[in-house]
Amino acid sequence: MKIEFEHRQAAHCESGVTSNLLRISSNSKITEPLAFGIGAGLFFAHIPFIKINNGPAIAFRTLPGHIFNRTCKSLGIPVTRKKFSSKEKAESFLQECLNNGHPVGCQVGVYYLPYFPKEYRFHFNAHNLIVFGKDQDKYLISDPIMENATVLDSYQLERVRFAKGALAPKGHIYFPEMGTAITDKQIKQAIKNGIKKNVYAMLRIPGSFAGVAGIKSTGNKIKKWRDKLGLQKAGSYLAQMVRMQEEIGTGGGGFRYIYAAFLQEADSWLPGNQLADISVMFTKAGDLWRTAAVQAAGIYKGRIGSQEDFNVMGNYLLEIAELEKNAFLALKNIKWQ
Amino acid sequence: MKKDEVPQDLSSLGKITKEVCYATDSTGKYVTELSSGWDVKIKALDVAWEDIAKRISAAKEQVLNKQASPLLFFMEYRLMDLSILADYTGFWKWQIKQHLKPAVFEKLSDQKLQKYADAFNIKVEDLKSMTVHED
Repeated sequence: MKIEFEHRQAAHCESGVTSNLLRISSNSKITEPLAFGIGAGLFFAHIPFIKINNGPAIAFRTLPGHIFNRTCKSLGIPVTRKKFSSKEKAESFLQECLNNGHPVGCQVGVYYLPYFPKEYRFHFNAHNLIVFGKDQDKYLISDPIMENATVLDSYQLERVRFAKGALAPKGHIYFPEMGTAITDKQIKQAIKNGIKKNVYAMLRIPGSFAGVAGIKSTGNKIKKWRDKLGLQKAGSYLAQMVRMQEEIGTGGGGFRYIYAAFLQEADSWLPGNQLADISVMFTKAGDLWRTAAVQAAGIYKGRIGSQEDFNVMGNYLLEIAELEKNAFLALKNIKWQ
Repeated sequence: MKKDEVPQDLSSLGKITKEVCYATDSTGKYVTELSSGWDVKIKALDVAWEDIAKRISAAKEQVLNKQASPLLFFMEYRLMDLSILADYTGFWKWQIKQHLKPAVFEKLSDQKLQKYADAFNIKVEDLKSMTVHED
């Protein structure tokens, strides 16, 4: 059984899955950057008191599931989503969807994902892929970060759908209703809504750990890491931050480049709102994140490591915070034409 | 980032798949470009695995010195913390803490040992003898 579906590689798993699942309804208009922007995907958070893999819990994107939900909701597309306590029920529901011709999104853990290289397998449970058919015992899998479509057998798929730990997927399956056409008017409105939500997330969330305030606060913390943690552990912390920022699934520059691409596309949907100019600000932010990553690498490679080097590192984040604050203020102040 | 600056340093992922990056072309327009990896993040990943290797060997030593049961070794080996192991086995975290003591571990029933072995994807004998088969 094979459903008509074309695998397309993407930078980020969730925006890739969202855009690929909406391809038919949107007549290919919902690209990956549009899904990311409409879903208000850009974020920064440094959660205090929590450690991930013995390092800091830093995120450059919004919570898992938000991009798909917000995008579909904004575009007025009804969504089916289910979680399961029983593995058998989870598989029979999947079969039923495929029999009805639905490609479906699945949340999975990557620790036991066989086609991932071992070095990338951590207990990370918010990865997303699409199942689009079954051939004998093999499920046909479109994993947006892979160049080509792949397969998983029933056991392999069950194991990743029922991975345990933080954000356990519990067989989470989701898909948009088929056959709902998306109008250009809806897309334009959804872009505006997405920008508004992202402005809120980056500028208005109270507390000092999220949004541009979070970037600033992390910048100040980094300056203290050398004394507080010792050079080696501080290096490991920086390495973890760089992985969250640059690793597979980010599109580079802590998702800032995807967001810049979104604003550039948004500009052709809603011309006359300076979105292309604001896009350039996010490109600069992405570039600066990468410059900071090079500085961090100098520290965790042991090439540099003085307090001054940590100050430079922290100051990069302060500079980024200022730049992103101004970019989001520009978005906030748009008088839509 | 400009399209021709997208890094092409071969990473362990790059051998299996290239990854999509968003970058600007000569006119400033965003396009996608495939990258086979970036030295800066290859090293970041190396650092993560070097840290893990240290934790595994420290755990091994503790087990050999009878300061901890083999559970500690396999937790580190499988990158698990107490919460993840509790979720996989159905034990409470305080129970696992008890089972981390060699004397308590010695007396665990086969049934309980099997739960741990399943969580670590290994055999019970290997759990007891701290034997690793590469998978």
